[in-house]
This record gives sequence, structure tokens and C-alpha cells, in this order.
Amino acid sequence: MNDTATPASVAETGRPAVRTPANYKSATKPIWCPGCGDYSVLSSITKAFSMLALAPEEVVVVSGIGCSSRIPAYTSCYGFHGVHGRALAAGTGVKLARPELTVLVAGGDGDGYSIGGNHFLHACRRNVDLTYVVMDNHVYGMTKGQPSPTTEPDWDSKLAPGGTGVRAFHPLVIALASGANFVARAFSGDPNGTADILAQAIRHPGFSFVEILSPCVTFRPEQRTWKENVHPAPVAETDDPARAARRVMTDDGFNMGVLYAGRRKPYPLGRRADPVGVAELEAEFAA
Amino acid sequence: MTTGSMDNPAPARAGLSIALAGSGGSGVMTAGTLLLAAAAKAGAYGLMVRTSGPQIRGGEAAALVRLSATPAESLDDGFDVLLALDWQNVQRFADEIPLSAASLIVGEAAEGEVPAAFLATGARHVALPMKATAKGIAGSWTNMVALGVAGALAGLPREALAAALRESWKRDEKSYEANLAAIDAGMAAAGKLGAVPSLPALEPKAGRWLISGNEAAGFGAIRGGVRFVAAYPITPATELLEWMAPALAKVGGTLLQAEDELASINMIVGASYAGVPSLTATAGPGLALMTEGIGLAVSAEVPVVVVDVMRGGPSTGIPAKSEQSDLSFAVSGLHGDAPRVVVAPTSITDCVAATQWSVHLAEALQSPVIVLSDQFMGQSRAIVDRPADSGVVGRRLVAEPNAPDFKRYRDTPSGISPMGIPGVPGTAYTADGLEKNELGTPSSGARDHRVQLDKRARKLAKFDYGAAWADVDGEGELAVIAFGSSVGPLREAIARVRASGVKVKLVAMRLLAPALPEKLDEALEGVRQVLVVEQNHGAQFYRYLRAWFDLPGRPESFHRPGPLPFRPAELAEAIVAAAGRISQPRHEAIAS
Repeated sequence: MNDTATPASVAETGRPAVRTPANYKSATKPIWCPGCGDYSVLSSITKAFSMLALAPEEVVVVSGIGCSSRIPAYTSCYGFHGVHGRALAAGTGVKLARPELTVLVAGGDGDGYSIGGNHFLHACRRNVDLTYVVMDNHVYGMTKGQPSPTTEPDWDSKLAPGGTGVRAFHPLVIALASGANFVARAFSGDPNGTADILAQAIRHPGFSFVEILSPCVTFRPEQRTWKENVHPAPVAETDDPARAARRVMTDDGFNMGVLYAGRRKPYPLGRRADPVGVAELEAEFAA
Repeated sequence: MTTGSMDNPAPARAGLSIALAGSGGSGVMTAGTLLLAAAAKAGAYGLMVRTSGPQIRGGEAAALVRLSATPAESLDDGFDVLLALDWQNVQRFADEIPLSAASLIVGEAAEGEVPAAFLATGARHVALPMKATAKGIAGSWTNMVALGVAGALAGLPREALAAALRESWKRDEKSYEANLAAIDAGMAAAGKLGAVPSLPALEPKAGRWLISGNEAAGFGAIRGGVRFVAAYPITPATELLEWMAPALAKVGGTLLQAEDELASINMIVGASYAGVPSLTATAGPGLALMTEGIGLAVSAEVPVVVVDVMRGGPSTGIPAKSEQSDLSFAVSGLHGDAPRVVVAPTSITDCVAATQWSVHLAEALQSPVIVLSDQFMGQSRAIVDRPADSGVVGRRLVAEPNAPDFKRYRDTPSGISPMGIPGVPGTAYTADGLEKNELGTPSSGARDHRVQLDKRARKLAKFDYGAAWADVDGEGELAVIAFGSSVGPLREAIARVRASGVKVKLVAMRLLAPALPEKLDEALEGVRQVLVVEQNHGAQFYRYLRAWFDLPGRPESFHRPGPLPFRPAELAEAIVAAAGRISQPRHEAIAS
């Protein structure tokens, strides 16, 4: 159960509600380790919601399984914490059923790129108007330190001694190639910049993908140095996916900001304005 | 056809069973469909079962048509007529098209010898030059000559055939005329074939429907309130989805073709969580992939309907042919203690009401409901009386805005607790597959686990399912229990044995899970012996009933795998044998 401390509505008070990031946080205490990047991502998400003055009850935060996937219950919005890897499917269902809701799907690199990889491709190409946030720490944290699709090939672990020997997956290029309409990279250590990017992502029509580098201080303590590596992207966003893909394939992996904002038409969510009655369907069965 | 077995002579049943066979692309399915449509216009009932080889194009195909003066939801024991446009691979249907010495084989004169398997039955063979006839009528097709032959043999009036052709016609007038002439030529040629059983003179009746089980299930779902579907194509469920895609759009709903079954189930769980009654349809392999998502719907208490149009299994199995072998999986195939509802329509017509009821159950119980249809019902088309609208619509218990002390998973006496729906202020919660406390906060505590397990079991166990749980018919010391598409041939078998004096009760179960032992006890009042009938290799229904219900006497099983449909005669024989054993000691309960 979330803390549903929703501010008094316009109807009740006669004036627009003032919403601070705190209004979007629940009373549930996160299970995350001290120093986990996901705390900051939670703050950035709630800040983005408040920047957009969304009514918490009109936002659905959807996730799968993993450390970062615990995030829905930490918000005061409606939450859906489903099964491993299927967050984008569940979020797509929510948005198609209720187009007026704001849907934010969140999770980690294992959930989104490994077990959920197929849904990632198809969510990008389907281009339903929702926002997908991946808190990428290049590791399975909840199961205590196994390599994920974004883990470096030589990273040593109990499950893959000496490393997997398999090259890392490049989520941004995949997203661009698959048709995502908005692609950005953010860093949990910059909560304000991340909030800004998230607000843009939510506003942008179609499927918006935000990859957030969010260190796992427990299993990947070396990621603490990420804060020294990150830097704003030296060039402005483009609406040309080929150019964006070339840039992200050749950058150092630490270019932060909106990298691509496309103009693809989102998946149509409109329902027929003049639905017919069910009885009218019977005509075709008449013998 | 009215052969029946010798012990239980079948009562005469006015009508005709005709198999139209040929290679894929020969147009036999079109001819069969038009024959059925024409029969409906003439006032007959009927059934058309489609059977084909695995090839997409060019394989063998047959339309198995039964026309009758009374409702028919079963094939007969054999066929009065086999009408073949060619013989390419048609011998592969020898088991599916049983003939006897009383049968007539009409072969295409230009297509060579009748396969030995058919001739060995002693059936009479007449060759007709249908191809040459069609060639002689510019712009006409051989299958329309065959339609004329079949229509005349069945005793259908020309106007009915012409009306059926007219209604389906999408080409120009000239070719319509040519093909009508081909039908006429076929009707004329049939005069030389000698008599076969045919329909009596009938009056056209308004209000009848021509519908397949897949369409019926889709329509029932919409009647019940389903407005969102996500699904992945799979034989033999695809037509259900293809029917629903435009139909849902018309009534203001949405259908999405998902990337796989994992996406399908999670999409509908998401959509239903958001407040819209939702459904997916699949077959065994898809159901297997969906189990984790169905378990999520159990745990998060999200209503969803999953239609499984069963086919031969395991694995890829026999995709285009029927079997009732997903039962065990449907009633128990989820990890953890996961109560769910399983409903099985008892006929093509019942696919409407049973699916509509399933939407009601899903919404009322905030639970997944698995609907067990099968290829036989799903892909067959029948002439039926318009299924009345039960008026049952899915309604869920929803929390009021800002409901005081809202607890999504409150431990209520009924086990059902109000849902918060996104968009409604003051009832936000996180739906979760993790075990939880009443508030919905994840909990691994022993007490919370017990409370929530009890709640989820209780809501299904305590619900009032009313009379729809089964159709109970007749009296006798012997009761036959069956579900799904076995019920059609079973009803016919029971009518036959009753006509010869055997007393038997039929329990056609619609609600397979949760098990309601007290309901079955009531239905089995006075019964000393039961016979469980099902189409699978493992006697799954028999074992399920023995595990969950108290069955009187020494329960017997009659089961065999697909893909061949049950014939009324084999079931009648089994019933007569079981009735004869009531007073005798049991030797072997499960005879294979």
C-alpha cells in the first residue's frame, strides 16, 4: 500500500493543487542498499512528476523484477509490480486500455535487456506513448552479483568465473534501430538533470527510452567512479536516428542528455467514437 | 448415417452425412460452407467440421458436413456420401471418413482410381465428369458442380443453394450466373446417382445462426464485457482473434497482436488492472508460456479470461486437430497454491454463454478464468438456434474514491475485496506478484501468507455459481460425466441407448475448477456407477474427478486420444457395457 497523501483536488478547494516531489513518494521504505543509485532515480522520477503537475492517481508506474523494479511501491501513484521481464507488456496493456493515464515503466538491465529483451524491441517499434526507464548497473543485484547483458565481458563473478567473454549489449543503438521515438542517457548522480530528461521523455509522444546509469555500490563498487566519467553530450539532440545511432556507437558511453527526439507517429490509441451496440454484431451470424 | 453398433440400434435420424474431399485449393471448403449455408436457408440444422493436412496450400482437405432436421453438434458414425474432386492424398482421410457398404462414393471421372481404403468398405462408386461439366460452362468452377451434386443428394431446394451462392458472391454477375449454372448441372447429374438418406421437406426458419465455436467464444466474450484483447496467432485459436479484431473495434474495444504469448498475458493483466475486462486466446503451447502471467493474475487478483482452444499435444503436437488433453494443465498447471477458475463450453452454441459467463466469473472473483474450448468446437461451423443472451456481464467490486481505510487485499468474509482503479483518487496501491499484507505491501511473513492464501481460495470456494456449473439430464443408476466437445457425440449416444431402454444420466460439467463436490453429489443422487468420458490418452478428467470428488461405485473411464472425433456408436457401446457392469464386480477401471 502506498501513502496516498494526495493533495486536496481542484474540485475540493477550487484552486489548482500544488504538488511537490514529496507528494509522489509513499511511506514504504525502499529495500535498496545504502548508496544505491536507485534512491536518486526515485527522487528524479517524483521530481519529474511534480514538474509536470501530474495527479498521482493518473500515473501508473509499472515494473518487473529486480532491485530497481521495486520502485512502483515507493511512489504514491498506482503501481504494478509484475513478473520478471514483462514490465513493458504490462505497461502497454495499461496504456492501451486507458490512454488518458500516464504510464512510466521502470526496471533494470537484466529485466529489460535479458529476460525482457524481446518486449524491448517490440515496445520500441510499436511506439506506444509511454516512458521506459532502465536503471542500468551492469549487474543482477537482487540475486547477488551475476553478469547482465550490459556487463563487460571480462567481469569476474561466481556464475561466470573470469567473465562471460560475451560482448555487452548496446541498449541505445538497439532502441534507435527498433524505432524508439525518444532516446536519452542520464546519470543517477545528477538527480536534477535526470528529472529534466524524464520530464521531457514523459512529454514526448510515443515510446520514450531513458537509460539511467545507476551504480550498484554493493556488487560493482568500481561504478562509484562513474560520477567522474559522465559529461553532457557535446552535441544537441537530433531527429535523425542514423546520426543518433552513429553517435552513441562511437561515444564513450558517458554522454548524458537527450540524444534523439524523433517524429514517428505514436501507436494509435483512439477508440471508435461511435461504438455500436453488441446486438449489432449478431447480424453477421444470421443464417 | 444410422448404422450404430449392433447392440444398440440407432434411432432413425433424418439427414445426411457427406464428406467433400480434395486437394487444398480444389474448393471443397467453399463448397462445404455453401452447402451448410444453403441447408440453413432450407430450414435444416447442420455441422461442418474442417479437416486438412499440415500444408498451408496444396495439401489434402475435407469438409465433413452433417445435415439434419434436428440440432446436430456431433458427427455421425460414418458418411453416407464421399464426394471427391480429386484423390490426391485423400486416402489420408480414410480414418476420418468412415464408409460402409451403404455409402456412396462420387469420384471425379478424370481423376483416376478410388483409393483402395475407401473401396474396401464395399461402398458403391460412381464417377462423374464434374471437371468436364465445369469446363463446358465458361467461367464456372468444378467445386460448384460438386455443390450442386451434394445439394441435390441432400434434398436441398435449388433456391436455397442459389441464395447461399448469392450471399457469398463477391465477383461479377456474369460469373455468378455461370456458377449457378454449374450448380444446376451438378443437381442434374445427381439424378443418376441413386438414392441416399436425405433431408425431409423442411420449412425455412428465421432466427437461426451459422457460427463457429471460435466466433461464438469471441462473441460471448464481447457480450460479457471484454473490451481489450492481446494475443499471438496460434492454430486453432487464430480465427477467434480474427473475428474479434473488427468486432471489438466496432464496440469501442481494442485488440493488439502481441510479440508472443508472454506479452499477451501480461498485456491483458495490465489492461484489466487498469479497469478494462480483458481476454486472450491461445492453444496448448501458448497456454504453457502464459502460466507465469496467469499466476500473477491469481496473486495480484486481476480478472482475466484465457481461452485455450485445445489441440493435440504435448509440445507442438497435432496443431490442426482436436484433443481434450490440456485439462490437467489448466486445472493444476501453475506454480504455488494458485486457485483459478476453469470453464468448458459444452457445445459450439455454448461457446457463447460459457465464455460470457467466464467474463462474469473473472470480474466477480478478480481471478483468471481459463476457458477450455478445442479445435473440434472452435473450427467447426454449425447451424444453431440463436443463443439467447443470458444478460450476464462482468462486474467487479471497485473501491469508492477516497475510500476510508482502503486496503486492496482486505481479508473479507467472501474473500473478495474492492479493487482500486487507476484514475480514482485515494485508492492507489501497487498490484504485486509478491506475497503481501492486506494493504498490498510485500510481505514474507507466515501470517500474511496464510491470510492471503486463505482469501484467494475462499473467494472461489464460497462463490455462488448457480445452476450453470453443469447441465444434468435424465435419470438412471449409471451417470456419464463429460466436458467440452465430448458432450455432443455423447448426447447422441445417450439418445440412442435410451431409445433401446438403457437408463442413463448425463452430467455435462461446465465448471471444471474450482471443484464443487457437493454440487456433483446432488447431481449424482441415486446414481450407483459413473462412467467418465474424455478425449485424451491419460484419463485426465477421470483422475481429476477421482481426486476431488466422491464418486459412487467403482468409477469407470472411457478415454482415447484425438485426433479422431468421438463417434456416437463407440460411446453408446461403452455406455451399454458400463450399464451392464453395474451389478458386477470391477476388474479394470481404466480400460484403454
